[in-house]
Amino acid sequence: MAISLTPAAAPASTPFGTREAAASEPTLLVVSEATRRFRTKRHDTLALDRVSLEVHAGEFVCLVGPSGCGKSTLLNIVAGFEPLDGGTATFDGSPIRRPGPDRTVVFQEPALFPWLTVRSNVEFGLRIQGASKQERHDRASELLEVVNLTRFERAFVHELSGGMKQRAQLARALAVSPRMLLMDEPFAALDAQTRDVLQLELQQVAARSGATVLFVTHNVREAAILGDRVVVMTPGPGRVHSEVAVALSRPRQPDDHGVADLAAEIRARLGGAGVADAEVAP
Amino acid sequence: MTRAAGGRVLRVVAFYAGLLVLWQVVVVLELWSPLLFPSPERVWAAFERNLSNGLLVEGILGSMQRLAIGYALSFFIGAALGLLNGTQRWADETIGTLVMGLQSLPSITWLPMAVLWFGLSDTAIIFVTLMGSVWSIALSVRDGLRNLPPILLRAAGTFGANTYQTYRYVLIPGMLPALAGGLKQGWTFAWRSLMAGELLFVTIGLGHLLNIGRELNNISMVFSVMLVIIVVGVAVDRLLFGRLEAWVSERWGFAHA
Repeated sequence: MAISLTPAAAPASTPFGTREAAASEPTLLVVSEATRRFRTKRHDTLALDRVSLEVHAGEFVCLVGPSGCGKSTLLNIVAGFEPLDGGTATFDGSPIRRPGPDRTVVFQEPALFPWLTVRSNVEFGLRIQGASKQERHDRASELLEVVNLTRFERAFVHELSGGMKQRAQLARALAVSPRMLLMDEPFAALDAQTRDVLQLELQQVAARSGATVLFVTHNVREAAILGDRVVVMTPGPGRVHSEVAVALSRPRQPDDHGVADLAAEIRARLGGAGVADAEVAP
Repeated sequence: MTRAAGGRVLRVVAFYAGLLVLWQVVVVLELWSPLLFPSPERVWAAFERNLSNGLLVEGILGSMQRLAIGYALSFFIGAALGLLNGTQRWADETIGTLVMGLQSLPSITWLPMAVLWFGLSDTAIIFVTLMGSVWSIALSVRDGLRNLPPILLRAAGTFGANTYQTYRYVLIPGMLPALAGGLKQGWTFAWRSLMAGELLFVTIGLGHLLNIGRELNNISMVFSVMLVIIVVGVAVDRLLFGRLEAWVSERWGFAHA
């Protein structure tokens, strides 16, 4: 079964899209010289210092770096939650001003609506868009199946495990057929086994749907498993250190040699940038 | 399941039966004069008498009518105030502090003013009832909105919810646990304020029946009316709020006070 995202964003059959493969696709997101400052009474932090990033349709891009490197800030800017203090961010040719269903977010924190069942949570975005009851129902059924939650469609949020909650968030975010999926450390709070399973599932979902994904993580190995391209960021001030195009075949497993080598490579780059190993999860 | 429920019923029945026995024992021991501490039997007789002559039914209906008006007004005014204070910072900084202050004022202190404004009338009592419950409803709605995790608003934003949709689909359902608590507390305050108001002047109502009991030096009647007030309070609590609380705890997975 195909998950229909916006047709233009869905490459016909590039489940293992690498940067080379995706480069022919239109550029969806262009962030140019983005600067973001946080001022408090005592501190003036440069969260993002002239950061540039491009994401093409169909690409899976991971932003990886230790805390304070600005990766979440960058995602929040793309999501439309935070303004820029300098530079530009355009999505599909228009400046990003506010959040919107063309860029839905999967959050790290529990962000499902507790008063709704799993199914109603998945239908939420469609309800906001005014989709008919039938339409909502069909689309939600489709996505619940994709994330293996059909059995739990009537459950309330507190009845779900951590992994199930994140699956439900993923289904909710995909239900409105976003042009780009923004994921902010979605698996960081899960136990290792659940994380492994969800990383595998996410690869399958992304491949089947051709979704464009911007995925933030501090976990180097996770970035190596998921990304078609990994953007390495360093803190103080937040900058893009370098990018790695990943040509490993999918689905990738945490113990694959290629993944381990790539993770070591990314860690070396972060180490070379003066970032202590301890700040980044292996 | 049924066995557990049966056990619960048995426990409750045993508790009240024990209380009744204790009451009877105290009466038999004659620690106090029967004119001050009546036997359960005499209280029951007073209850039956006032039930058959219609006084009690009339009183309950009279009180409930006032309560319904006062509480309904409280609900709408309180919810509106709470929505305003919970979503607008300027309102919270101005009206919010006033609400907080008024909440600490015992509602019966509004009575002298109410009598001067509205005379010795139903309106005066309804006003006191309103003042008793409106602030706690406003505060709980406000708190419910303020304590809503901001991440839920972000989630709504990412799906493109406009202001109206954010209220309808996120803020209002999200504050229901707090509202349930506030409504319940508001109801208790309204009921107390109403009884206090009715005690103070002649009208048809349970509070006034208490006063008649006092004037007739009829302690059995006073006892029986007090028991009726308790029973009505508990009944309304269960009927009105039991379902709301069940709804909330099924979804949120915890029982809200």
